[in-house]
Amino acid sequence: MAYENDMNLKATELRLGLPGTIDESQIKEPSFLKSNNKRSSGDMDNSANEDECSPVPKAQVVGWPPVRSYRKNVLQQQKKNFDSDVLGMYVKVSMDGAPYLRKIDIKVYKNYPDLLVALENMFKFSIGVYSEREGYNGSEYAPTYEDKDGDWMLVGDVPWDMFVNSCKRLRIMKGSEVKGLGCL
Amino acid sequence: MQVVWLRSSLALRDLQAFIQHTVVYCKMDPKLQKTKNSSSNSANSPDSTHSLFPFPDEVLERVLSFLHSHKDRSSVSLVCKDWYDAERWTRTKLFIGNCYSVSPEIVARRFPRIKSVTLKGKPRFSDFNLVPQHWGADVHSWLVVFAKVYPFLEELRLKRMTLNDESLKFLATSFPGFKALSLLSCEGFSTDGLKAIATHCKNLTELDIQENGMDDLGGGWLSCFSENCSSLEVLNFASLNSEVSFDALEKLVRRCKSLRILKVNKSITLDQLQQLLVLAPQLIELGTGSFQQELTPLQYEGLGIAFSNCKNLQTLSGFWEDTSLHLPVLYSACPSLTFLNLSYATLRSGELAKIVAHSPNIRRLWVLDTVGDKGLEAVGSSCPFLEELRVFPADPFEQDLHHGVTEAGFLAVSRGCRKLHYVLYFCRQMTNAAVATIVQNCPDFTHFRLCIMNPGERDYLTNEPMDEAFGAVVKTCTNLRRLALSGLLTDLTFEYIGKYAKNLEALSVAFAGSSDRGMQCVLQGCPKLRKLEIRDCPFGNAALLSGIEKYETMRSLWMSACNVTMSACKLLAKEMPRLNVEVMRDEGSDESQADKVYIYRTVAGSRRDAPPFVVTL
Repeated sequence: MAYENDMNLKATELRLGLPGTIDESQIKEPSFLKSNNKRSSGDMDNSANEDECSPVPKAQVVGWPPVRSYRKNVLQQQKKNFDSDVLGMYVKVSMDGAPYLRKIDIKVYKNYPDLLVALENMFKFSIGVYSEREGYNGSEYAPTYEDKDGDWMLVGDVPWDMFVNSCKRLRIMKGSEVKGLGCL
Repeated sequence: MQVVWLRSSLALRDLQAFIQHTVVYCKMDPKLQKTKNSSSNSANSPDSTHSLFPFPDEVLERVLSFLHSHKDRSSVSLVCKDWYDAERWTRTKLFIGNCYSVSPEIVARRFPRIKSVTLKGKPRFSDFNLVPQHWGADVHSWLVVFAKVYPFLEELRLKRMTLNDESLKFLATSFPGFKALSLLSCEGFSTDGLKAIATHCKNLTELDIQENGMDDLGGGWLSCFSENCSSLEVLNFASLNSEVSFDALEKLVRRCKSLRILKVNKSITLDQLQQLLVLAPQLIELGTGSFQQELTPLQYEGLGIAFSNCKNLQTLSGFWEDTSLHLPVLYSACPSLTFLNLSYATLRSGELAKIVAHSPNIRRLWVLDTVGDKGLEAVGSSCPFLEELRVFPADPFEQDLHHGVTEAGFLAVSRGCRKLHYVLYFCRQMTNAAVATIVQNCPDFTHFRLCIMNPGERDYLTNEPMDEAFGAVVKTCTNLRRLALSGLLTDLTFEYIGKYAKNLEALSVAFAGSSDRGMQCVLQGCPKLRKLEIRDCPFGNAALLSGIEKYETMRSLWMSACNVTMSACKLLAKEMPRLNVEVMRDEGSDESQADKVYIYRTVAGSRRDAPPFVVTL
C-alpha cells in the first residue's frame, strides 16, 4: 500500500532546490498526493520536521479547515482582543520637555479620569478640566494621542473603548501649542 | 361531471394520497398518453381533460395550491400537460438551487405568479476561498426580469450571490409590496444598500443579514426605517459591527408588535438588551449583543427578570467574546430553549455544563471547541433530546493538540443523545473504533460531517487510515443524506460509500482516495447523489468520465486540485450539451491541467456573464 513506503521514496525523490534543504512553505503531504505534478517539490518528512525547530507553524492550505471567512474573521478579532486583555496594551507616553519616555498599560484603566490621574502622578503635573468645546482648560498641558491613522488627537473626545482600541501612543503637549487647540 | 369540494384544512397526507391516486388513475388511462405526447394542441385538451380528471381546472388548481414543497411540485408538473399548466399557475414560491441552471427569462415564461424567490449562486467551496473574486452569480439580471414580470414580489432569499448597492436600491424601489429579504454568504454590497431597503420598503416584515462579505460603513441604516414602519417580524443584523442608534432601534422594537426574531449586534450592551427585552417579551428567537459589561446588582437583576418574562424564547444566539460573567441571567430562559448557538462564545467546560444543565429541552446546540471533551460530556448527560450538534474550532490554524475536542467528546454525546441525527465536528484526532461506536449509539444520522483538521490524519491509536470509520457510518446510517469526509482515506472508503450509502445526496471530499476507482465507486453506487465536491484528491480523467451519464441527474460537481485534464473536460462538454463544463486555471500551471472544474446541468446554455478566467467548454 502506497502510504507505507513514505520514508523510502523520500530518499530517491527528485525535486527542485538545493540538496538538504526542505521547502517549508509546503505542507506535510500524505504520499498519495505525490502523483500530482504540482506537488512534487518539498514533501516534508514528518520525523525530520519534528527534530527541527518545532515552533515553525505548518503553512496553511487554502480553504482548510473549511471554516467560513466570516467566522474566521470574528474569531481572529476575538483572539486579538483576548490577547490584549491578557497581555496588556502598553503604549509609550512622552511629555514635552521630559528627558525620557514612559510606558503605561491603558487596559488597566476604566475611563478617562483614571487615566489622566495616573498620567498626572507619573509626570508630576496637572491637566486642566476637559470640555467638549474647549478641550483642556486651566493648565498649560493637554494630553494627546496618535491613532491608528497616524493622526494626533485630543484625549477625551471619543468613547473610552474606542480610544483604547485606537490609541497607539500618548503625548502630553505643553505650552503655546496647547493654547492653539483651544481656538479650534 | 362531478364536483368535489375539498376542505381547505385537508391534511397534507390525505392530499398526497389523493394526488397519487389520481396520478395512478391518469397513468393507467390510455388517453393520457395522447395528451402527454401532443404538443400545445389546446383544442384537444378540454375533452381529454374531463375524461381523465373529472374535476374542473379550478379545483385542480385549488388542490395544488396546498403543495409547497418544490420537489412535490416538480413531480406534479410531470403528470400530464394539464397538471403542468395547473402547477405553473399555482406556484408562488420559486427555489433555484443553482442560479446558472436556468435563466430569468425561462423562469418568467413558465411561472406567472411568483411571490417568493430563493436563489443560490456560487459553489459551496467559495465559502472557503476556493473560487476567485468576480466569479459571477450576480443577482441584478434576475431583478430586472422580476421587476417586469413579478411586480408583486414579496420575498427574496439569496445565498452565495453577488449583489451591489445599486441592486439593493433597485429591489427596494421596484417592488411596492416587498416584505422579506434574507442574505446569507453574499457579497458586494454595503450598509448603504440596507439604507435603501429600510427607507423604501414600507411593508418590510423581514430583514435577515447573515455572514456576508459586505462593507460595514456605519450603523445609520437602522435609522432609515420610517416611523410608520411597524410590520417587522424578523430583524437580524448580528453580523454587522457598526454601532446603530439605540434610540432608533428601541423605537422600532416598540412599534413592531409582531416582532418574533431579533438578533442584535455587538454594539448593543447588556442594559440596552434588557430594555429591548422588556419591550418585546414575545420574542421567539433572540441574538444578544455584547455580553461583556459590568452590571450593577440592580441591572443584573433586571436583566434576569427580563429574560424570565420571555416565555416564548426558543432560540438564543450571539454571546460574542468572553461572556462567562453574566451567563446565569439566562438560566430562567433556558428550559424553553430548543436551539442554543454558542458558537462565538469562548466558553470553557464548566460554563457550558452549567448552561446545559438548565436546558434539558435543547434540540440543536452549536458550540466552540473551547468547551472541550468535558463540556461535551455535560451535554451528553443533560440533553437527552439533542438532535443536532455542531462543534466549531476556536483556533483552526493552531497545531496545539491540547486544545479542542477529541473522539472522547463525540462519544460522550452519542451515549447520552440517542436522537442525534446531525453532526458537524471539528477535531484533531479520531479513531475508527470511536466512530463505529458513535454510529451504533446513534444510527439515525442524516448529516455526518466530520472534519479531522490535519489533512490525511490517521487513526491516532492504530495508525490505520480512517476507512473503517466512514464504512461504519454508511453501513449503519441508512438514512444518511449528507456526508463530509476527512482523515487519511483510501479507495476503500469510497467502495463502502458506493455500496451502502443509497440515500446519499451530498458528499464532500478532501485529501482522500488512492485512485480513480474511488470516485467511480461513488458515481456508480449512489443513485440519489446530487452534489459532489472534491478537492485535492488523486481522481483523474477516467473517474470524471465514468460519471458522464450521471451528471445530468445531479445539481453540480466540483473538482479542484485533482488530476483532471482539459481534454477530458472537452470530451465531457462535447458529449453532454446540457451540462456546463467550466474550467478555471491556476496561475502558472500547465496548459493541459484543469485545476478547478465546475460542472452543472442547465437549460440556459453557457453563461453569458462568465469572467475571463472561467472557460466554458
